[in-house]
Amino acid sequence: MKLDRVVVLVLTLLVAAPASAVAWEPTRPIDFVVPAGTGGGADQMARLIAGISEKHRLSPRPLIVINKSGAAGAEGFLDVKGRKGDPHTIIITLSNLFTTPLHNNLPFNWRDYTPLARMALDEFILWVNADTPYKTAKEYLAAVKDKQCKERQGGQCLMGGTGSAQEDQILTIQLEQALPGTKFSYVPFKGGGEVCVNLVGKHVDSTVNNPIECVSHWKAGRVRPLAVFDTARITVGEWKDVPTVKEALGVDVSYLMLRGIFGAPGMSKDAVDWYVAFLKKVTETPEWKKYTEDGALKPAFATGAEYVKWVEDNEQLHKELMAKGGLLKK
Amino acid sequence: MGLENLLHGFQIAVTPFNLFVAVLGITLGTIIGVLPGLGGANGVAILLPLTFTMPPTSAIILLTSLYWGALFGGAITSVLFNIPGEPWSVATTFDGYPLARQGQGGQALTAAFSSSFVGAFFSIVLITFFAPLLAEIALRFGPPEFFAIQLLTFSSFIGLGGDAPLKSLVSIVLGFILAAVGLDVVTGQLRMTFGFVDLMKGFDFIVAVIGLFGIGEILLSVEEGLSFKGASTGMNLRVVLDTWKTLPRYARTFVRGAFIGFWMGFKPGGATPASFMSYAFAKRFSKHPERFGKGEIEGVIAPETAAHAAGVAAILPMITLGIPGSPTAAVMLGGLIIWGLQPGPLLFTEKPDFVWGLIASMYTGNLIGVLMVLAFVPFFAAILRIPFAILTPLIVVVCAIGSYAVHNSMIDIWYMLIFGAVGYVFKKLDYPLAPLVLALVLGDLAENALRQSLIMSQGSLAIFLNRPIAGVITAAAIFFFVLPVLTPWWRRVRGASVPASRRT
Repeated sequence: MKLDRVVVLVLTLLVAAPASAVAWEPTRPIDFVVPAGTGGGADQMARLIAGISEKHRLSPRPLIVINKSGAAGAEGFLDVKGRKGDPHTIIITLSNLFTTPLHNNLPFNWRDYTPLARMALDEFILWVNADTPYKTAKEYLAAVKDKQCKERQGGQCLMGGTGSAQEDQILTIQLEQALPGTKFSYVPFKGGGEVCVNLVGKHVDSTVNNPIECVSHWKAGRVRPLAVFDTARITVGEWKDVPTVKEALGVDVSYLMLRGIFGAPGMSKDAVDWYVAFLKKVTETPEWKKYTEDGALKPAFATGAEYVKWVEDNEQLHKELMAKGGLLKK
Repeated sequence: MGLENLLHGFQIAVTPFNLFVAVLGITLGTIIGVLPGLGGANGVAILLPLTFTMPPTSAIILLTSLYWGALFGGAITSVLFNIPGEPWSVATTFDGYPLARQGQGGQALTAAFSSSFVGAFFSIVLITFFAPLLAEIALRFGPPEFFAIQLLTFSSFIGLGGDAPLKSLVSIVLGFILAAVGLDVVTGQLRMTFGFVDLMKGFDFIVAVIGLFGIGEILLSVEEGLSFKGASTGMNLRVVLDTWKTLPRYARTFVRGAFIGFWMGFKPGGATPASFMSYAFAKRFSKHPERFGKGEIEGVIAPETAAHAAGVAAILPMITLGIPGSPTAAVMLGGLIIWGLQPGPLLFTEKPDFVWGLIASMYTGNLIGVLMVLAFVPFFAAILRIPFAILTPLIVVVCAIGSYAVHNSMIDIWYMLIFGAVGYVFKKLDYPLAPLVLALVLGDLAENALRQSLIMSQGSLAIFLNRPIAGVITAAAIFFFVLPVLTPWWRRVRGASVPASRRT
């Protein structure tokens, strides 16, 4: 954003950081592209990183967060793809790194970008409204199977989620396939916060929101977490008491969402090293720790080969899940 | 209870530092409001990382003040140049710009700013005393209720299009088509992009408006002789006082606008539809509907009252439910989380200092805001005295920057120019622009709500009638849809002799 840049440039000049002798460091403000709308999970994390960098003076130049949310994030991904070799452009990714190109056959792939770091992994939880009688996932899924959702046409239970052919719908389909005979009507909304509020307002019967999107309504006693879509329980806070899907339903349905960062295509080794060190420092700040704990994000900082391997596996996983769910571009 | 908390809030909000922060925020916000395209959401996002080192209450005061400033500032270019600085100022151009051309820019601006303040004040009072209750009502609004509201907005405009229903229809259909380009949220598929990457993100409402109104108007001015009309405005603060004397007679418009704005704003529906709806109702209930669109001060009061009421109300779901009522509130919400606060139902009990400081700062912020912008009315109005040859290129540049800033993409500047040409042609051929803009801004929202509702009901339209809130709103919408048909019939039955040409 040109104007942003001017504003921030002026501010940076006022508090100019001392230069030090390293192989590479940013010489102009860094474009931090968010392939999602303002206010969502990815956007929050990007702005948190920019804020932490500012507060702890981790970067000699500021990070400018730019939202390019068009076409389920494709706008942002394609924009960064076109900035080959630009060391001042990075992008934060969520699962749409995999789902958007697979569902709409768009010309980008994580291999186009320079992997920098996996910052954290986001959990998913099965939620119902606290006024419903369902205390366990088993009770609720039985109701779904027998079409027992009162107030609905034909008792058909409604699952609310973010977007279409993205992580929430993939999870819903996984759940349906793991428990034969179970069928939800999936209602897509634009953002995760909106989904949880529709659950509180009883416009849908259940959701698979990320913890942070529903936590405040849980604490207020409006929604109830039934199971976490992970192989192990979340270890922080009151989340400890939420069983895994395996424990609650006896089937293995798990899914974690990437909160990772990539650089523009063909970024130099020196620049990669600087970003990796920078992001590592971000994860060591108290603000970051509080944020991941509040949001029940799984700390999973990884770089280099470990990160690449994880992304490769996850790409394969999404291909399989989306093929099984009939979500691939025909 | 409310009053006691509020007094406590004032002790927090009225400190020298927090007042300074408010003035700073309003100044920046007004500038941002003036620049089309660079909306409140952008402004708040730019400042967000900087607020990281402040106490949360000061930080939110800075950001909300910037938001108030943007709400006030949006009217300035609407009135002076027919360029809406913000989407919710589109309806303000309908009468604000004709007023400016008649040399009454000062009056129009005074009315706009004063109405904004009245709308804001109405919403803040409601938030102060009824926030938790209102949050419960907001929860009752699901997709069917949203669709009913969109329907009501459309229906309120029916019959207001003027003498050529077919032209209005063309305009509305074009708006719907443009709104449909891009990603379909319900299926996750791309629509009408024809394989072009640039069409993927769709047409942004703001870019379309800058082009249709701003560039289109400049093209017209060029044709009409390279000058702005209304340059005779004097530089005198008296205009503010003189306009104030006339405002009390529009009390009903104020109340109606504030109510519509608050109602539309406290759930994510938005300031923009509220401003349109308020304008439509003002015209419908006016004794002189024929004056609207030609420079009626009531046509400025109605949308501005509603827009600012809605803008303030958008803060309510943010602090009570953790969902934003507007894009700007969405960015602030991100801010709350970064500052270590958990937005949602517990904020009122867990962080009373923050919440009541924020609510008190809404009073102080809007009061400071309205005084600041009113003091500058003569100055703003005098901008029209700048020679056309200097001012126009500046406006075009500002429009281009604004269009670029929406998505940081060059293609939007081309869209702006194309929309400018379209706007010019529409005006020459006397096609109304308002239906196009309304369809473009609401088409997407209405479509999503409709399809979500139909998934919920397994395809049955009864969902819009058998839920209490949706039912009442849908009934009202249907009433307004058939009103243009019913009115002449009713008059004939009563035997009244009303000229057939006057339709409401």
